[in-house]
Parts: sequence; structure tokens; C-alpha cells
Amino acid sequence: MDFNDTPEQAKFRAKCREWLEANAELKENKSGGHSDSTLEDHLKVAKAWQQKKYEAGWAMLHWPKEYGGIEASPIERIIWGQEEAKFNVPGGIFEIGLGMCGPVMMQYATEEQKDRYLAPMAEGKEIWCQLFSEPAAGSDVAGLRSKAERDGDDWIINGQKVWTSGAHYSDYGILVVRHDPDVAKHKGLTFFFVDMKSPGITVKPIKQITGQAGTGAGFNEVYFDDVRIPDSQRLGEIGDGWKVAITTLMNERLAVGDAKGSDIEEALILSKTKDDAGEAMIKNDSVREKLADWFCEANGLKYTKFRTISALSKGEAPGPEASITKIVSANKLQEIGNFGIDSGDMAGMLIDENDGVSSFQGAWLGAPGLRIAGGTDEILRNVIAERVLGLPQDPRADKGIAFKDIPTKA
Amino acid sequence: MNLDFSDDQKFLQDEAKKFFDKEGGLSNARAVMDNSLEGDEKLWRKIIELGWTGIRIPEAYEGLGLGHLELCVVAEELGRSLAPVPFSSSVYFFTEALIKFGNEEIKSDLLPKLVSGEVVGTYGIAEDTHQATESNLSVTVTSENITGVKIAVPDAGVASHMILVVKSKSGADLRLVNLEDSSVTITPQKNLDTSRAFFKVEFKDTPSKLLGESGEGWTHIQHLLDQAAVLFAFEQVGGSQAALDMAKAYSMERFAFGRQIGSYQAIKHKLADMYIALTLAKSNCYYGAWALSSESAELPLAAATARVSATKAFQLCSKENIQTHGGNGFTWEYDCHLFYKRSKVLSVLLGSEASWKEKLVSNLEKTNTLAKG
Ligand SMILES: Cc1cc2nc3c(=O)[nH]c(=O)nc-3n(C[C@H](O)[C@H](O)[C@H](O)COP(=O)(O)OP(=O)(O)OC[C@H]3O[C@@H](n4cnc5c(N)ncnc54)[C@H](O)[C@@H]3O)c2cc1C
Repeated sequence: MDFNDTPEQAKFRAKCREWLEANAELKENKSGGHSDSTLEDHLKVAKAWQQKKYEAGWAMLHWPKEYGGIEASPIERIIWGQEEAKFNVPGGIFEIGLGMCGPVMMQYATEEQKDRYLAPMAEGKEIWCQLFSEPAAGSDVAGLRSKAERDGDDWIINGQKVWTSGAHYSDYGILVVRHDPDVAKHKGLTFFFVDMKSPGITVKPIKQITGQAGTGAGFNEVYFDDVRIPDSQRLGEIGDGWKVAITTLMNERLAVGDAKGSDIEEALILSKTKDDAGEAMIKNDSVREKLADWFCEANGLKYTKFRTISALSKGEAPGPEASITKIVSANKLQEIGNFGIDSGDMAGMLIDENDGVSSFQGAWLGAPGLRIAGGTDEILRNVIAERVLGLPQDPRADKGIAFKDIPTKA
Repeated sequence: MNLDFSDDQKFLQDEAKKFFDKEGGLSNARAVMDNSLEGDEKLWRKIIELGWTGIRIPEAYEGLGLGHLELCVVAEELGRSLAPVPFSSSVYFFTEALIKFGNEEIKSDLLPKLVSGEVVGTYGIAEDTHQATESNLSVTVTSENITGVKIAVPDAGVASHMILVVKSKSGADLRLVNLEDSSVTITPQKNLDTSRAFFKVEFKDTPSKLLGESGEGWTHIQHLLDQAAVLFAFEQVGGSQAALDMAKAYSMERFAFGRQIGSYQAIKHKLADMYIALTLAKSNCYYGAWALSSESAELPLAAATARVSATKAFQLCSKENIQTHGGNGFTWEYDCHLFYKRSKVLSVLLGSEASWKEKLVSNLEKTNTLAKG
């Protein structure tokens, strides 16, 4: 039992480190809560960094060489991630494309399509989004209603997607739609990729609870009015949309792990430095108790991840332990954000007056979204209960009937 | 990165699991409860025959000469089966105290006898229902002889020796006594988990031997407590897993309103929460095991983290296992109460959750940066 790299791993880590040191700056301060840079600036900086990584082979290091990767092993990918996280580099906007759209293209696209799309995706030249959720279909995403009708070599798409992160700056998207409402829910779906500049697509940024719309982390309504997609952009067979979507959702769970933002370390620094009626906050017993609880969670997640890495490092399949990550970290983020705001006491709600608290305010405002995106807390508990513990599925009112006959209202 | 047990250690764990299953699993704890015994002597004998009391004892003293990690995997299985034996008292505390603080004479006398089972040890810290501190100790040593009363001493009925922390001229001492001395009076104390036995131990001018440095007894006992906290946390994780398994099995088999109760989300999500708490505790235990086996300066923090996390997990899993069993869960016949009671005893045995949270945070206060995962 040790935390040491094998000699090969250490060599690889040093290589990552050397390149990062030459090309980026080590993190000193933790990221702030409210960023003032415009979306345009943010995209420019992020794209430039992605391109730099691509040229050196770091962008999608586990990918085959022909698409710009270096065919790195899972453990090498983790080592890169650990090292990159120590540097002040832009992130976020490529996660959905590279984490979810990339793998699905890799598995289902034709060779020509892979040649055309994968490298620009890895290079950050083209950004991708995920068009799954609809107004009436989020957790129950297979209940989606957007229609696909065949017209010669094309499909005509009509309907609406919603909460689509990054659609307002994306070039392409992966899309699930219903081609047949007369068969059972999961059977009538087909999967495509679509050019976001196609005629008939309208993207409308949604104002989020942060009060912002159209930011880097923003999501959108996406309307499809007679949008034409060539059949060649279908991924998987007609009617296999759910199977393809599931592959993507599995990758999503790997892509959205830890909630980023204020954590035990920030809470600890705040409670040591911030004054509470003449004494550091950490002297308050109720603060101490919270710190103990958060440390147990943060530390538990850290070593859960280490257990997963250890398995990968030995070439073994990791256990199901990582399934707890998002529930625990998103809820912890919400509590720690809340605590940070409380540290300002009667003035904790003020935004510009609170030095050092803005990142907690950002965490508190962002956390509710993390508890929903990529599977809600409740859906993830179901996943743990059913897939990890093997408990029965919930009884369903939509089994064995045609999609069009499924009840939608009380 | 290798935060995992070795194949040999996993093999040992597997052997331990098979052993406890073969010997009757939970039925041993139940038999001790039903017959008001002080422990399962037969099971204890077999554990000694397997050599496990000597896991950490060097080969020069006839032990197996293995490390703390081997102890961790056995602890998890003891916890899973709620084995009613003095293993924790004798091995996690007493043996460790002698290895770390005993002089050569003590070691060569007692360590081989711990291996053979001739000697069984225990430990005494508590003196009343307040948290013991270095300054409120009342059991006192004067010219090598001890006088006073320790309470809630586990396994004193079967133990031949004991270590205890006492007030001395130079502060506190860690001392060794022979419980078979005629000056010692041992009286059973009723407790919540009757699969384990606790005692009041009275000393009247009882001869003792110093362990470690005079005046350093409090530091010594804290170190032993930190070590034991990690090992007990493995027991708690084993118990949590067993309680979760039991809840899972019942929720698949019991029907209500025409459905398996395990198909109701109130039950599914309860069990998911048990799994989450258990997974966090287990990962914290691995961190504790690493700190323990590598003699890291992080041991106090790692031990407190493992303990708080595992205490939470076992208490959650054991109480929600009762809840999942409904009325049956409240009967003596079902095993749910065995876990419930053991979880409570383990949660106070080394000091309350609050006191360990305090240790955790005072260690955090001393650190300047935390490494991110
Ligand atoms: C920040 C953010 C970014 C997002 N980005 C994207 C994106 O890029 N692309 C995309 O396609 N989607 C995206 N989403 C949408 C997200 O996937 C859905 O919001 C999510 O799956 C929940 O679906 P819903 O909103 O329809 O809620 P609902 O499914 O209506 O859920 C409402 C409540 O009911 C509960 N519930 C629902 N079903 C069950 C059940 N079976 N058992 C128990 N409780 C249940 C939920 O847990 C929740 O509490 C994003 C959402 C957020 C918040």
C-alpha cells in the first residue's frame, strides 16, 4: 500500500509536468466565483489552450494517433489530469464534446466522418454539445418527443430541446429524436449528429438562477423547425437511438465527476482567517463539527478515487465505488458555499463587499445545478440501488405500451 | 499508486471470512448473548490456533511477524461476523502496547504467551462517565503500585493482564499489571451489547511495571488509541457491509402492496445512502491503513477521519437495517439488533464521536495545506 508511481508512471508524470511548466502557470489562487471576462474572451483563451495541447498530443491523449492522441493508457490519462489540475488553465467548454460526443463518434461514425470531425474536436476548433433533454424528458430522457421523419436521403427534424449546455457557441451536436411514436418508448428513438448552423435551428440562451444567460456555463433552448439532416449523419441503426444514448450517458458519468469549486480546504482557510466575534471562526464548536464532517467526505472521495486509480494502475476494472462521487461532492459544495456566505454574518448576502467570500457565493449558486445535471441526486440513488446493489427497478407505468399511449398528465 | 491490499493480504482476508462463516457467523455472538457468557472461548481458541493473535508479534517472539495491514483485513472480518472474542483488547491494544513500549524483559516474557494464548490482555482508560483527560485521572501509581478503579474495561473476565493509563509523579504513566494478582477485584458491568463483556477493575496497591517513559503515559495511550481507531474502523466497515447485505437480502424477499419492498424508492434510496456512507468510510479506512502501516506523521488525522467516518457508517447501516426489516427488525430473533448494539458499543469504546471530531479538527488546525485528490 503506497501512493508512489511505478517508474514508468513517474516518467510519464515528469513528462506531463515538464510540458505544463513550459506552457502554463501553476495555480496560486483558487478560481474566483464571479468571472468578469466575456464569453468571447473566455472562448478565445480556452481554444488557444486546447490547440496548444493538441499540437503536443495532450488534448485527447488516449485517442489513436491518427486523431491526435498518443494512445495513452487510462492511468496515464489520470496522471495527465492530476498534473493539469495544478495549473491555471481554462477548462469547461470542451468537456461535453470530448467526454461524450467524441466517444460516441469514435464508436458509431464512419471512417470518413471520424477523419473529418475528431481532430477538429480534439483541437478545440469545433465545439460540440449534447441535445438530449427536452421540456418533457429530462430524467426520463427516453420519453423525448422531437420528431424525425424520413425524406429521401434526409431526415426532417421538428421539436425542441432544452437545458443544452453550450449550444450557443457549439458547432455540432449529438441528438436523439423519435422516428416512431407507435412502438414502445425506448424502441422508437434514433441518434444523429447535427451541424448547429443548419437552417431551422434556433438557439435561445436561458437565464439561469445566477441571473446570467449565454455564459460559458450557460444552457439553452434549441428549436428545430424542419431541420434537414442527411441519413449519413445517423449514428447506429434506425431504432437503436437508446442504445447509442446509453453509451453516451455512461461516458457522461465519467466526464462529470467531482463538483469543482469551494471545498474543505477553502472552508478551512476561511475558518482560520475569518473573525467571528473576536475569535477565528474555527474556534466555534458548530464550525468545528462541520469541518470534521466535510473533511470525512472530501477525504473519503479522494481516497475512493485513489482506489479506482489503483485498480486501473494494475490493469484491473475498477469497482463501482466511483458511483458515489457526484452525489457527495455536489451536496458538499452546496453546504460549503452556504457556510462561506454565513461567514459574512448580517452582510453575507452582499456581493462586492465580501472579500474572499465570492467563490463561496458562486459555489452556492452553482451547486443546485450540479445536483441536477448529468443525473439528479434521486436518479443516481436509483442507479446505485439498481446497478450496484442489484435492487429491483421501479415499477413503470410506461412499459409494454406504444409511446403515444403513455400518460403525461394527471 | 497502489491504495490496495496485496494479494497475500486479500487471501488472508478471504480465509478469515471463510473461517468465521464456517464457525457459525453471527450465531456465536448470539450464543454469548443468550447464555450471558463473557465471550466465545471455543472461537477464541481457534483464532489462537490460526496464529492471528501473533500477527504483529515478531518471529523472534514466536509470532507471525506480519504488519498492520494483515491486522486490518482480519479486523474487517471480525467486524462482519461480530466475533465475540477479546481480539481487539488483546491484539489492537495490549499486544501493540508491549511491542511499542515494552522493555526486553516484558517482551520476551509476554509476547510468546500472547501467541500461545496463555496470556490475554486488555486495557483500561475510563474511570467514570466523563471523558478521561490527562489531568482528571484518579487511578494513581506510587512506588510502582497502583490504586484506584477503572471501569468499562472490555474482556477483563478472560484477560490475565492489562495496560492502563494512571496518574504518576511525573504526569501520567502507561503501566502493565497482572490481573491475577490477589489485590485486583474484577466485577462484571451490565452493558448494551451483551455479546461483549465489560468490567469494573479495582486495584489496591497492585504491583505494576512501567511501559515507555514515565510522564509520557498520556501520549503513549493516545498513540495506541489512534492505532486502534484504524483497526476498529475496519471492524465497523465490516459490520456496516454485513448490515447492508442483510437489509438488501430482506428487501428483495419481503413483499408489501404486491411488490418487493426493495422496489420502493424509500427503501432503495435508504440503501443507496448506506452504500455511500460505507464507501466513504472504507476509503477513509484505506487511508488510515496506509498511515498506520507506514508509521506516517499523518496517523492522528487519518485515524480520526477513519473513525468518525466508520462510526457514522456503522450506526447508519445498523439502524436502517432494523428499519428495513419492519416489525421483524425489532425482534430478538432477527439479527438486526446484534449490529445495532455492536455499532453503539464500538462508537463509544474509544471515546465519543464528538471527541474524535475534535481530534480531527485540532489536527486540521495544525496543517497548512491539504493535498487535493
Ligand atoms: C446545469 C445543467 C446543465 C445541463 N446540461 C444539459 C446538456 O448539456 N444536455 C442535455 O441534454 N441536458 C442537460 N441538462 C438537463 C439535465 O440532464 C436534466 O435537467 C436532468 O436530467 C433532470 O431532468 P428534468 O430537468 O427533466 O427533471 P425531472 O426529470 O422532471 O425531475 C424533477 C424531479 O423529479 C425527480 N425524479 C424524476 N424522475 C424520478 C424517478 N424516477 N425517481 C425519483 N425521482 C425522480 C428528479 O430527481 C427531480 O428531483 C442540464 C441541466 C442542468 C441543471
